[in-house]
Amino acid sequence: MADEVKLFGVWGSPFSRRVEIALKLKGVNYEFFEEDLSNKSALLLKYNPIYKKVPTLVHNGKAIAESQIILEYIDETWKNSPILPKDPYERAQARFWARFIDEKLMPTLWKVFWGCEDHDKVKEEAKEHLETLENELKDKKFFGGETVGLVDIVGNFIAYWVPRIQEASGLVLLTEEKYPKLYQWSHEFENHGDVKVKLPPNDKLLAYIKSRLEGVSTSK
Amino acid sequence: MSESRDVKVLGVWASPFVMRARIALNLKQVSYDFLQETSFLTEKSELLLKSNPIHKKVPVLIHNEKPICESLVIVEYIDDVWTSAPSIFPCHPHDRAIARFWAAYIDEKWFPSMKGISTAQGKGAKKAAIDQVIEGLVLLEEAFVKSSKGKPFFGGEQIGYLDIALGCFLAWLRVSEKMHGVKLLDQAKTPGLVKWAERFCEDPAVKGVMPETDKLLEFAKILFAKMRANLPK
Repeated sequence: MADEVKLFGVWGSPFSRRVEIALKLKGVNYEFFEEDLSNKSALLLKYNPIYKKVPTLVHNGKAIAESQIILEYIDETWKNSPILPKDPYERAQARFWARFIDEKLMPTLWKVFWGCEDHDKVKEEAKEHLETLENELKDKKFFGGETVGLVDIVGNFIAYWVPRIQEASGLVLLTEEKYPKLYQWSHEFENHGDVKVKLPPNDKLLAYIKSRLEGVSTSK
Repeated sequence: MSESRDVKVLGVWASPFVMRARIALNLKQVSYDFLQETSFLTEKSELLLKSNPIHKKVPVLIHNEKPICESLVIVEYIDDVWTSAPSIFPCHPHDRAIARFWAAYIDEKWFPSMKGISTAQGKGAKKAAIDQVIEGLVLLEEAFVKSSKGKPFFGGEQIGYLDIALGCFLAWLRVSEKMHGVKLLDQAKTPGLVKWAERFCEDPAVKGVMPETDKLLEFAKILFAKMRANLPK
């Protein structure tokens, strides 16, 4: 039976793009449904009734939600080009760092860029978390070693979105000077053949971010 | 067996997250040293700070001197390492994804709503918090019916990943029921989970690690008093 793979997502969402990157790395064909988040499709609501969010993957009629869970599903279903290591300890480490990015680093970065209370304190936290991730990278090309792995894919926001948010806002945390390894990694990641084609176009994303930031500042 | 030569769990008896690691090891019949943080509320041990420098939290599994942190990551690790014993995860990738989905829901939505009952100020807020927990349990009841397919546990014939993810909170759930005089797990709304809870707590892998409700209730009173004392005025 031919595999039927559908992905409900949005062009500008790092979470949605994570899934696209993983499917591309594995050479899996899929049908993409661009959602209008202000007017969600009946199909999305059917396939993800609990959270009603993107990305949602539907494989042969069965739905999977939450980007990290989708990534694990993709790795377990299509065994070529693995994104998780084989060794149990290394797998646990990959899962740990993927969680760290989503539960600690991304939320603080998000608050810093879009504005929050105790801004200076949150900024310091974000810098600490970036430092932690910098130290974890060590001398590896990717977090996954020689190849793009789970942590790299989950880190897509840092590699691609953060530099553009920094450009649009003028608020700069991630610099080559302070985080040379992360900086280098972000270039390797962005330019990886399978990743490159699955990232949002630079100009379009930059324009979108600028408009969002203007919306935030004028509403204050 | 060589893999079991050096297995330690850093934790505290009252933590549901620590319980997850212990239940998983028990299911695999792996013996381990349980190293308790004795002054957990006030001071963390050097071993904990060294093993989990990022989060400084329990549980930590230390296997052959290597630390693994985050309770659900630990449970997956245990299942990955001790493969000869019954599997904690379902076989099929989609079933695995469903189990992970609900475990994430429990940690990100349901457990915070449980904590919300204790921090709610005023009758109205408290009732709203309780209603939210029950709503979550109703969703989990549906998940149980779908997942178990008529068998005793989310995992089927045996305790699995999702049983562990939810079951670890049962003692705290009972404490909450006693403290606030409510029924959270209720025969009318969540009949499947009521029976499942009894079976879960009776399971040999769980019995020795699930705290007694009264002991936990006393601990909870002290804990909440300390938390209230520390709240900014």
